[in-house]
Amino acid sequence: MSIKLEHVNYVYGAGTAYEKQALRDVSLEIPQGQFVGIIGHTGSGKSTLIQHLNGLVKADSGAVYFNRENIYVDGYDMKGLRGQVGLVFQYPEYQLFEEDVLSDVCFGPKNQGLPKEECEKRAREALELVGFPEKYYHQSPFELSGGQKRRAAIAGVLAMKPKVLVLDEPTAGLDPAGRDDILDQVKYLHDQTGMTVVLVSHSMEDVARYVQRIIVMNKGEKMLDGTPKEVFAHYKELEAVGLAAPQVTYVMHDLKARGIRVETMVTTVEEAAAEILRVLKA
Amino acid sequence: MEMIRARELVYEYEQRDDEGNVVGMNRALDEVGLDVRQGQFVAILGHNGSGKSTLAKHMNAILVPSGGTMWVNGRDTRDSGELVNVRRSAGMVFQNPDNQIIGTVVEEDVGFGPENLGVPTGEIWRRVEDGLRAVGMIEYRAHSPNKLSGGQKQRVAIAGVLAMEPECIVLDEPTAMLDPVGRKEVLRTVQELRKRKNVTVILITHYMEEAIDADAIYVMEGGRVVMQGTPREIFGRVDELKRYRLDVPQVTMLAEELRRRGLDVPCGILRREELVEAICRLS
Repeated sequence: MSIKLEHVNYVYGAGTAYEKQALRDVSLEIPQGQFVGIIGHTGSGKSTLIQHLNGLVKADSGAVYFNRENIYVDGYDMKGLRGQVGLVFQYPEYQLFEEDVLSDVCFGPKNQGLPKEECEKRAREALELVGFPEKYYHQSPFELSGGQKRRAAIAGVLAMKPKVLVLDEPTAGLDPAGRDDILDQVKYLHDQTGMTVVLVSHSMEDVARYVQRIIVMNKGEKMLDGTPKEVFAHYKELEAVGLAAPQVTYVMHDLKARGIRVETMVTTVEEAAAEILRVLKA
Repeated sequence: MEMIRARELVYEYEQRDDEGNVVGMNRALDEVGLDVRQGQFVAILGHNGSGKSTLAKHMNAILVPSGGTMWVNGRDTRDSGELVNVRRSAGMVFQNPDNQIIGTVVEEDVGFGPENLGVPTGEIWRRVEDGLRAVGMIEYRAHSPNKLSGGQKQRVAIAGVLAMEPECIVLDEPTAMLDPVGRKEVLRTVQELRKRKNVTVILITHYMEEAIDADAIYVMEGGRVVMQGTPREIFGRVDELKRYRLDVPQVTMLAEELRRRGLDVPCGILRREELVEAICRLS
């Protein structure tokens, strides 16, 4: 169930004064089961990119393959694709609308034409997967806390049993514990179900902690693609395009500049602590 | 001079059922005390729902207290005759730049506030120019706001508040929707304003790093102020912060982790340079 983009180009408002090439010759492949982070400054093409993954936006040229099938051929089952590649938008809690949480989460599978019992079964499973407390199942989604609303919204996408879960800044506006809760839960989901996860984020620290691979977007192009260590080694280039490396990476570079021979390819607090101790005790 | 002062501030609102009947009272602020002097930078931290934004909305009388008192620049916010003066003293900047920009041209947007206050035209233009210069956006004065980046939009929103020449700016999670450089832009702008114009700054944030330069930090939980002190004091109490669903800056976390593993680095380190210095001394 890999997703593959080949030379994808996409232009907004072609022929108008607002014409903008949102994606330029983007090629990439995301294998089944990978946990991928996408970073890039505002307007770099991240959101346009992820909307290509489930066919919500159609490339002007190039091709998108899901499970080796070209999704742009006539008669391709787009509805089926959107069930397999679940997209959770920014501030998804604004899309909650049903009377209670359980019905809201049932909406996706109901739309897929599944019988009522199956919808409810899936909704319950999905809510359990995101760690949503059962006592709130029959509460109005509007009465929940920010973090719980967001869990409910993510469950709504999970209830469609996607093979790929795409999250656009799932932690924006949440407090620190709320951020950790959601990301821990997403990681748990990834580890438990083998689902592919694509995470768009503005937090370099979060991306460094959770993902296996980072794709950096800039001006509609894929600028860097590699493991967090590989990508954050380019911290100067990242700064030039409105991004940064995690703070601990900078600490390591500063230490090295002061003559302490630490390895600078470090992206998390745990790694940094271990590396500093290793060098000081040597 | 006290810019913002709250004493035993209480805010309650009615909880209603589906039919609109009152079923109980919710206490969003519970006897909050707050003292912010002219020119100070104060950060307010707390998890979602802890009462931060409710408190902020009291600072320019969007909400007025159910109990206790809030004074803004010496004026009681419950005194409706002072409403205009209170709003002139304290300007608000919110989380989402797209919800607070209304003009089709940047300078028009910035001029909206003073125009509303009845400022004469010539004076409005001066303020628009000053405001845009202060946030480093003067070269965009004739641009359309919707072509700007998130950080630039937030700076325009700040210029709009500045054009009303407030003594105090209250920023409610102004960087939540921005990328790292956008976040830096906004914070740098706010710091410069403080230095150059002695504007009082109240910053509500979920990013702990943004609070390290504050003169004081207040931590809220359940509508109450539960911690209060300098950044060094507050961020030195990692476990307590975690209990309130908060965190410490990543540098402080690394220092704490090194201490835990037996390295002799001081408590409450906030900045990269401090940590690097401490480690260099040990090697």
